[in-house]
Amino acid sequence: MDFFVPRSWADALAAKAEHPAAVPLAGGTDVMVELNFDRLRPDALLDLSRVEELQDWGHDNGALRVGAGVSYTRVIDELGKLVPALAMASRTVGSPQIRNRGTVGGNLGSASPAGDAHPPLLATGASVEVASVRGSRVVPVEEFFTGPKRHVLEPDELIYAFVVRPAAGPQQFSKVGTRNAMVIAVASFALALDPEKRSVGTGIGSAAPTPLRAKPAEEFLEGELASGALWDAPRPLPERLVAHFSELVASAASPIDDVRGTAAYRRRALAVMARRALGWAWSEYQRS
Amino acid sequence: MRLQFTVNSRLCEADDVWEGESLLFVLRERLGLWGAKNACEQGECGSCSVVLDGVLVCACLVGAGQAAGREIVTVEGLSDDDGLDPVQEAFLEAGAVQCGFCTPGLVVATHELLRRHPSPTDAEVREALAGNLCRCTGYEQILDAVRLAASAGPARRAE
Repeated sequence: MDFFVPRSWADALAAKAEHPAAVPLAGGTDVMVELNFDRLRPDALLDLSRVEELQDWGHDNGALRVGAGVSYTRVIDELGKLVPALAMASRTVGSPQIRNRGTVGGNLGSASPAGDAHPPLLATGASVEVASVRGSRVVPVEEFFTGPKRHVLEPDELIYAFVVRPAAGPQQFSKVGTRNAMVIAVASFALALDPEKRSVGTGIGSAAPTPLRAKPAEEFLEGELASGALWDAPRPLPERLVAHFSELVASAASPIDDVRGTAAYRRRALAVMARRALGWAWSEYQRS
Repeated sequence: MRLQFTVNSRLCEADDVWEGESLLFVLRERLGLWGAKNACEQGECGSCSVVLDGVLVCACLVGAGQAAGREIVTVEGLSDDDGLDPVQEAFLEAGAVQCGFCTPGLVVATHELLRRHPSPTDAEVREALAGNLCRCTGYEQILDAVRLAASAGPARRAE
């Protein structure tokens, strides 16, 4: 096995172009497990932990660009106000040890349907910036996942960053698991309200072959908020509206029975999380 | 591959390291530092907790090559002399050690917590130690030990 240690992004892309089968390694919280358990024996590992460009984040034309190598701990400490739902989700990742090493870029690369970062990235309309020696392209997160643990990356491509609009309004994240720490989501849900664009974003995790948006729920809520002039004069949301929103979220999922929970439980949990997340977010909006 | 890194302030070298090996394997099997325990090998239990460039990590999830040139502190390096570090003493005093398998990881995690928050709240302690599993004590004595170590204050605690 080869172990490549690029020091710059250009070197990383060159190495990936030359060795497309090399497995990218960042925080190691997924890849090292596969190696430790003898489930992965790649020809080469591509260590991205020394590529400085991946550790940066900054503003670019009003958007926030976060390098793929930024850890969950840093998302929590440094980006909590800019991407609140993602920061909330980051707090639920593993343990301090895992959050210190694990990265959002790695979460995208693993493309697990249960990845904690995915619902917030979907709800906030984020994009993934991927690159190869041939050039770079920007993929909306909702087009990034193609199946369980599968994504749109070409063999010579690497994940550079995610790009997202800083929060313009309340955001929430909710996750169901067997305890608070070290939990893979049984189901998860993220919600982003954008009062400037008058839009609603959602993201569902662990309840379909890929993370996904609940578009009918978004459109329904956007319509109700507009027709009731609720953005301008926020008042408590009618119970029927909240109930229908949560039903639309649950019905957007296509969960399965597995070791972590049944499909029926996941649907039920999604409806509850959607109702709660909307309640929390709307209360925050009313107070603002 | 050949690796060089600093472990507990000592420059160490390991030869013939397999590229897919973890830092934990290097520490235990090549350097003879058996303090960090090998249990789950998937970051679930925290018993291999070490400090890598000032950051608490599970050594089983760090690629050996990723540790090259870096600075590692293991449980063996917490005390500057042959005695015990104050966190270790607090664990003994509070009866926080039963079978002892989780203890090194918990001691390292506690050390790291108290370095950042010398007087943590109970909620902060629980959050900071959430990645370290103990199957014997029921955790109460461990929480007592952390409170005891915190009350001993930074003056007694070796950095």
